[in-house]
Amino acid sequence: MTLAQTPAAMPAQGVSDQADAGPSGKKPRRVSPGRIGLYVFLIVAALFFLIPVYIMVVTSLKGMPEIRLGHLFNLPSEPTLQPWADAWLHACTGRDCNGLSPGFYNSVKITLPSVVISIICASINGYALTFWPYKGANLLFGLLVFGAFVPYQVVIYPLIIGLSSVGLFATLPGIIIVHTIFGMPILTLLFRNFYAAMPVELFKAARVDGAGFWRIFFYIMLPMSVPITVVAVILQVTGIWNDFLFGIVFAGRPNWPMTVQLNNIVNTTTGVREYNVNMAATILTAAVPLIIYFVSGRWFVRGIAAGAVKG
Amino acid sequence: MQKSWRQRFHLPAVIGTIPMILVAVGVFVVGIGFSVLWSFTSSKLFPTYDFVGLAQYRRLWGDNRWLVSVNNIWFFGLMSIACNMVFGYLLAVFMDQRIRQEDLFRSIFLYPFAMSLIVTGLVWQWVLDPNLGLQEAMRNLGWTSFSFAPLVDANTAIYALVVAGIWQGSGVTMAILLAGLRGIDDEIWRAARVDGIPTWRTHISIVAPMMKGAFATAFVLQCVGVVRVYDLVIAMTGGGPGIATSMPAVYVIQLITVRQNVGQGMAAATMMLLPVLVVLAFSGIVIWRRNRLRGAGA
Repeated sequence: MTLAQTPAAMPAQGVSDQADAGPSGKKPRRVSPGRIGLYVFLIVAALFFLIPVYIMVVTSLKGMPEIRLGHLFNLPSEPTLQPWADAWLHACTGRDCNGLSPGFYNSVKITLPSVVISIICASINGYALTFWPYKGANLLFGLLVFGAFVPYQVVIYPLIIGLSSVGLFATLPGIIIVHTIFGMPILTLLFRNFYAAMPVELFKAARVDGAGFWRIFFYIMLPMSVPITVVAVILQVTGIWNDFLFGIVFAGRPNWPMTVQLNNIVNTTTGVREYNVNMAATILTAAVPLIIYFVSGRWFVRGIAAGAVKG
Repeated sequence: MQKSWRQRFHLPAVIGTIPMILVAVGVFVVGIGFSVLWSFTSSKLFPTYDFVGLAQYRRLWGDNRWLVSVNNIWFFGLMSIACNMVFGYLLAVFMDQRIRQEDLFRSIFLYPFAMSLIVTGLVWQWVLDPNLGLQEAMRNLGWTSFSFAPLVDANTAIYALVVAGIWQGSGVTMAILLAGLRGIDDEIWRAARVDGIPTWRTHISIVAPMMKGAFATAFVLQCVGVVRVYDLVIAMTGGGPGIATSMPAVYVIQLITVRQNVGQGMAAATMMLLPVLVVLAFSGIVIWRRNRLRGAGA
């Protein structure tokens, strides 16, 4: 307690010295200058992260005449949802004016199969690498991890040539294959690390009982893989939904995902720029990963960290 | 005892990992091989096998747009990684002070990372737009001489990219470093305090070196992001004004799509691969030596 009276510069250590009574601890005796500085810094930082989105939301609810007045931070005087409806249904990308909704459905059509297929592949990879390593398997894994660091630009062109030689370039199956390929390194890593931390006795017992490769996988490993699968799903859904480069190169015009449509709506418009519609479109595109982020909470961070730690 | 062939190649395991074999060998070995191979040819729209030696590399390094791109990626990379690390570490340290509403702050700092870089780019394009964004808002508030439009000036546009990069990525750095901070034993802090070492000194000299792993993780994550910065540039500046914010990732895509110059594009892609190979080889040697030392010590 006497130590806790040391200068205000280290309030946290002062508090932590007392018996650990949960994160709230004892109330600080007085509001020290250091404590105020701490909160000022955090709040200013929070404003830096929040203001751009505040501007987006506010502007998307204004009409164009009000936007031209230039009061960026003001709340809308006559809030309207028209820009949101326009963004969803009528915003133009070049010739066609169907809004973002086709892009949304394309993104769903791309994301769902890509997530399922890439996770199935990666879980089998991780399982085989951990419990059934065949000769050369670790070399393959090394190559795969190397792939996680390769700039996409190095493999994009060979992939274009390869996919078009089998007629899958600029098709829905083509873009799904591409997402499966580029999701594989990080997901395999994730599953391999997860299975490697499992007690090997579990596997040995099943072997003694006569279960084979697939039986052990489906009846023992898969049911135990729920936590890591959740992490993988979060990682993949947000990653694939947010993808732009693969979508614009490999999906083909009819299948362009939401991010590509959004960029076209905003950056290729001719004539008057409808900022309110553009901002509504942007928020709509960001909505799906944001919902996942807020629902999943700490799992999200775990996914990023788990993917990165051993990378 | 020699293992039998069946044990060395357990058939179901091989069959189950066929996708992995195809991706590892077919994409990452053969694909990269072809990219490098085509960089020595005169390929235009489609690949040819008319070898021209290093001519594409000579043309590449004579192209002003490429030189600007290379300069930009170094500048952007160093700036954004340094700022991200410093800002992320500060946030983590402040978050570690038993503050109220920690979860709320964490959510606020981290949410931009959940969004597409396209979204990030567009958001900042508007905030920095001279007719719509901060500049106009400040002028309307009465500060008529206020001038802040980094995106329209070729000299400052890249700083705007750095700011957007920080906005998107520093929350993750914070989360990783905060986890590292929480992993440090309270005894360390107590011992340092008993010895009369000031808090900032403890941070720099004792705690930061102990968080090597967390720093390395955050660093690797950002390096991978920097090499791949494509979406952000496309959404925010399109490489402009002029070619002021062009980057190698943008350059390669332009060459193989718009400018239909595959040979030179592949030369540029190979140049992008080079630093990655150097870093991987270097870290491979470090890990190998550490393992050998540990093996000798055991």
